[in-house]
Amino acid sequence: MDTAVYDQASTVAHVPWGRVRRSRYLADRVLKIACTLFTLLGAFVLGWILLMLLVEGIGGLSPAVFTETTPGPGTEGGGIANAIVGSLVLTTLGIVVATPIGVLAGTYLAEYGKGSTLATIIRFVNDILLAAPSILIGLFVYILMVQPMGGYSGWAGGVALAIIAIPVIVRSTEDMLRLVPGSLREAGAALGAPMSKVIVAISWKAARAGMVTGVILATARIAGETAPLLFTALNNTFWFSPTLMGGVSNLPVTIYQFALAPYPNWRELAWAGALIITLSILALSIVARLLLKKDNVR
Amino acid sequence: MSTIALNTSSAIGNAAAADTGAPVRIAVKNLNFYYGDFRSLKDISIDFYDRQVTALIGPSGCGKSTLLRTFNRIYSLYPEQRADGQILLDGQNVLSPNIDVNELRARVGMVFQKPTPFPMSIYDNIAFGIRLYEKLPKSELDGRVEEALRKAALWDEAKDKLRQSGMGLSGGQQQRLCIARTIAQKPEVILLDEPTSALDPISTGKIEELIEQLRSEFTIVIVTHNMQQAARISQFTAFMYLGELVEFGPTTKMFMNPTKKQTQDYITGRFG
Amino acid sequence: MAEHIVSSYDNDLQGLRQRISEMGGIAEKMLVESIAALVRHDKGLAQNVVISDKRLDVLQREVEESAILTIARRQPLAVDLRETISAIRISGDVERIGDMAKNIGKRALAIGDDFQPQKIVVGLQHMGDLVLGQLKDVLDAYAQKDTEKALDVWKRDGAIDALYTSLFRELLTYMMEDPRNISFCTHLLFCAKNIERIGDHTTNIAETVHYLVTGETLAIDRPKNDRSIDATVATGA
Repeated sequence: MDTAVYDQASTVAHVPWGRVRRSRYLADRVLKIACTLFTLLGAFVLGWILLMLLVEGIGGLSPAVFTETTPGPGTEGGGIANAIVGSLVLTTLGIVVATPIGVLAGTYLAEYGKGSTLATIIRFVNDILLAAPSILIGLFVYILMVQPMGGYSGWAGGVALAIIAIPVIVRSTEDMLRLVPGSLREAGAALGAPMSKVIVAISWKAARAGMVTGVILATARIAGETAPLLFTALNNTFWFSPTLMGGVSNLPVTIYQFALAPYPNWRELAWAGALIITLSILALSIVARLLLKKDNVR
Repeated sequence: MSTIALNTSSAIGNAAAADTGAPVRIAVKNLNFYYGDFRSLKDISIDFYDRQVTALIGPSGCGKSTLLRTFNRIYSLYPEQRADGQILLDGQNVLSPNIDVNELRARVGMVFQKPTPFPMSIYDNIAFGIRLYEKLPKSELDGRVEEALRKAALWDEAKDKLRQSGMGLSGGQQQRLCIARTIAQKPEVILLDEPTSALDPISTGKIEELIEQLRSEFTIVIVTHNMQQAARISQFTAFMYLGELVEFGPTTKMFMNPTKKQTQDYITGRFG
Repeated sequence: MAEHIVSSYDNDLQGLRQRISEMGGIAEKMLVESIAALVRHDKGLAQNVVISDKRLDVLQREVEESAILTIARRQPLAVDLRETISAIRISGDVERIGDMAKNIGKRALAIGDDFQPQKIVVGLQHMGDLVLGQLKDVLDAYAQKDTEKALDVWKRDGAIDALYTSLFRELLTYMMEDPRNISFCTHLLFCAKNIERIGDHTTNIAETVHYLVTGETLAIDRPKNDRSIDATVATGA
């Protein structure tokens, strides 16, 4: 009878135990231990830095830090209010300039250029820019803007920061758009939507969280940049001009200068500044993380 | 045959005769398709009948999806792909450069293998296609969205969450959302590219039932790997192999008594 | 025909064919023995026939179950579907043939050693030989998937009908001559009818073989020569 097919005897040969060689277990364990050790090492260094910042920085924090301008040499007290605001202004300026350029360039690479020669070249150049020493970018903007304009300015600082942010945004935008499944674009096109509509209404929307994350990470990146500002916005120890002409005070350069100063109150302010900037960047990164996570859950 | 005249005919043949009363909606003539230098469709000529379901079957890589993708020229998104020959939709060659592809795609809707809800609300998913070509007052747009959802048998499940994301629906619901989105545009032809291959049997059943319903209004072409599905839902079946059309005929005939040996071998699982 | 990608599918269909061929062999033997029992008054042989039918019934159920299982499991299409459906139909026909042969066997037991006119016996023997030939041929046609051979069987059935009609008249005459003949003549009449019905089943099988091979059903009516319904008896002599 055909019911026999239901109780066919199992003929699976059992693999005898102990066939896997000992050395493999050993190799497995060694690699696991090595990886764990180095991970712990990295985390330890990071933790150390953070801890040191907290210990040294918290002592320097006081309301005056946020309200008073940077003190002159030998002057007691003072704050870094002008540097905080200056950093905010410069970073905002940089991101405002970089975002449209970066997003559109990234969109070009992901949606239009794809594997074309032009796109390949742009991608290559962008990667170089991504890894370029930031001091070079500072020099570049110095020649491009500071010299012709006859002096340091917040504008030049913003542009320098923007040039650092652009490749980050280009890269993240392209990567995020590439993650959007082609079938979604096809589905849009199949409804008769022109390409521009597909990109704006579908691709960007689908990649939104990732793209925003890219911008936030770029913000975090430029918020702590020192080198490009040395040649462009320079620094200032008092409230900068509303036209952003002349030196504009900012946190990274202030920290750089104060940390090496012989005055204890300067060094204390440098610690406080470093803590503020680190916590800000940390906060931005966490926000970016949460955004991405939320997108994945959906 | 000897003394007695054998007048052999069959119920299958008769059913076919009844089916072919429908006029031709899409006439494909000598269609060739190229991926770069590779010719993936070879001189295909085939007719698709008005308000009938035609199934395209064949092993992977036989060109059935490629054929489907020529009808709305979706292939033209990729510069290395091109087609020559004629595809006459109501007598008009859709391959002609004078054709506005976006308008064509509004007339020839397409549903894909994987559900592709857009990252927006259920309502906006459906309104998206309508808004592209029609400026409707809100009340009318609401009506069209409801109509489309009802036709796609999704209204009851979705009416309370029209403002929620379409991505929150189950796979089967998402696929019905995509069908609703397509029919909301009031196309003439609906192309389905393995619409149930990613779905469980219950969702598949619902989609098949839906296709049955939609046949009264639309000309439907479906690519499927599931032979039984083709047998269940189509009136005509085309079997393709290596870029060629091997056999085309009424589904009953194709699945009960195909003419070509290749067709027989494929549908009975003797390929190889 | 090429083999299936899934080889157990081939085994399933092969199993159906084997069982049908076994059934055919049993039915042939039963037919031969039942007629021999009738003609030679061989009770042992008659009992043998009655017993054989059990095996045939078992096989028929097996074919049916296994065919249904094949449909459920493999959703056969085209030639495979026809093969499966044909197996169910043919096994049904063969099982009926067995029933008829068994009935002849039982009647052979009932008639016992009653007098039998030589003419009738020869007629029955002849009819039996014809039908046996039909059965053998149609089973061959099935095994060889030979639609020409099947059609040939299908067409030949007319001759059996004609023979049956003449036997029918003959038996009526005997019954009218002497009412004491009525008992065994009625039994013989049923035997003749059974043999004729077996012939009908062979044509059913022939039609199934034709469908199996070509995918088309025979639309026209089979040639029939059964005129027994027209035979009347002038009573009141």
